[in-house]
Amino acid sequence: MLRRLRALPIEKPVTMAPASFQLIAALVLRETSMVYEPHKEYLVEARLHPLAAQAGCADIDAYVQLVATRPAERRKAIDALTINETSWFRDNAPYQVFTETMLPDLLARRAARRHLTIWSAACSSGQEAYSIAMLLDQHLPAGWTADILATDVSTAMLARVEAGRYSQVEMNRGLPATHLVKYFTRVGAEFEIVPTLRRMVRTRHLNLAERFPAVGQYDVVLLRNVLIYFDQPTRHGILRRMHQHVAPDGYLLLGSSETTLDLPPDLHAMWEREQIGRVQTHRPTGVSRLPATGDTALAPRPPIPHPAGSTLTGVRP
Amino acid sequence: MTQSPSQRALIIDDSKAMRSILRRIVAALGFETAEAGHGQEALDHLEAATATGQLPDLCLIDWNMPVMDGYTFITEVRKRPEWRGVTLMMVTTESEQGQIVRALAAGAHEYVIKPFTPDAIAEKLELLGLVTKGVLA
Repeated sequence: MLRRLRALPIEKPVTMAPASFQLIAALVLRETSMVYEPHKEYLVEARLHPLAAQAGCADIDAYVQLVATRPAERRKAIDALTINETSWFRDNAPYQVFTETMLPDLLARRAARRHLTIWSAACSSGQEAYSIAMLLDQHLPAGWTADILATDVSTAMLARVEAGRYSQVEMNRGLPATHLVKYFTRVGAEFEIVPTLRRMVRTRHLNLAERFPAVGQYDVVLLRNVLIYFDQPTRHGILRRMHQHVAPDGYLLLGSSETTLDLPPDLHAMWEREQIGRVQTHRPTGVSRLPATGDTALAPRPPIPHPAGSTLTGVRP
Repeated sequence: MTQSPSQRALIIDDSKAMRSILRRIVAALGFETAEAGHGQEALDHLEAATATGQLPDLCLIDWNMPVMDGYTFITEVRKRPEWRGVTLMMVTTESEQGQIVRALAAGAHEYVIKPFTPDAIAEKLELLGLVTKGVLA
């Protein structure tokens, strides 16, 4: 989760003093075992900058002095420096359910169209969208295509998705080693997603808190671990707007801590909760889901337009 | 995250500091831990553990170590059918994809590139089915 950093550039000139960085690195190592290696000053700065501003410090060095003398500030700094970053296949279970239940169901329902649409609605640096792309690469039958839309409020994050490059630390987070070997190539100190997967994902700027642009309707919408960052009225507004963007027989996936959100009666009536294994999904109500015998009876929508080359065909070994 | 009772982890690294970091991480996940400074010491540990029925469930293995490196250790472990149930995870600075392929081909189940965060270890162990997340999605 990089949401706290989104107002800041990922890379920017290093301004913190070496002694400040050393103090912070030693503190984090002692408290959490997490290693901040030299040359990660930009990351420390990015993570501490909002706290420094909040504390009224003129610069990061002044804030580090505050951290050194105030235990409460030290705790806040450590939290910021160890905040969970986005993982590949985060929480595992939703991706298992996607592969084992949703995908077979959708393959049956979309047999006529032979095209699937997925929306990663708060894509951050893209691990969610590319995790889905890996699963589709492995499980989509020959002749099928897929389109993954990745949206985020941060243009910096969208640029990261488009670059498809990840640090070693990011590669460690939940990505099976076999996938690292199969779907990435080493570029300097980073790893870059292979073009076949990169072409499946298209990006678009979208602020969930505002009225959505015409993004179309999707078979699966992943809206995971983002609602918790909004206040209740905004959360409710997002879920109301999202209703028309999930296919009548499609699935909405929220984060594990978001499925228990209290909803007002009208919103509660818009979504039907369906437990699939260990995962709770949300599906639009008011639609009678026909047996999965093809999608023609479900008044299919036209395929979501996507740029040439952004589809996947066939299954690789 | 939690794991089944009585799981054991053998931490194999020539760096005492790294062993300490890994010990704290896997202990927090509920593992009993033992340590070895190189591959041969780890093989000796497995031999002794076999005799007492106390084989580790997991080995965390550095690549570059004196006496016997991690890659050789894995190839030696894979020669012994009675050690087939031991999960082998490399934890190393070796980050070239060729090296990762070599380790997997030799019998490593997973691979973590140093530096890592504690969450990275936990997530890999979850992938391997050795820990289960406390709060399920």
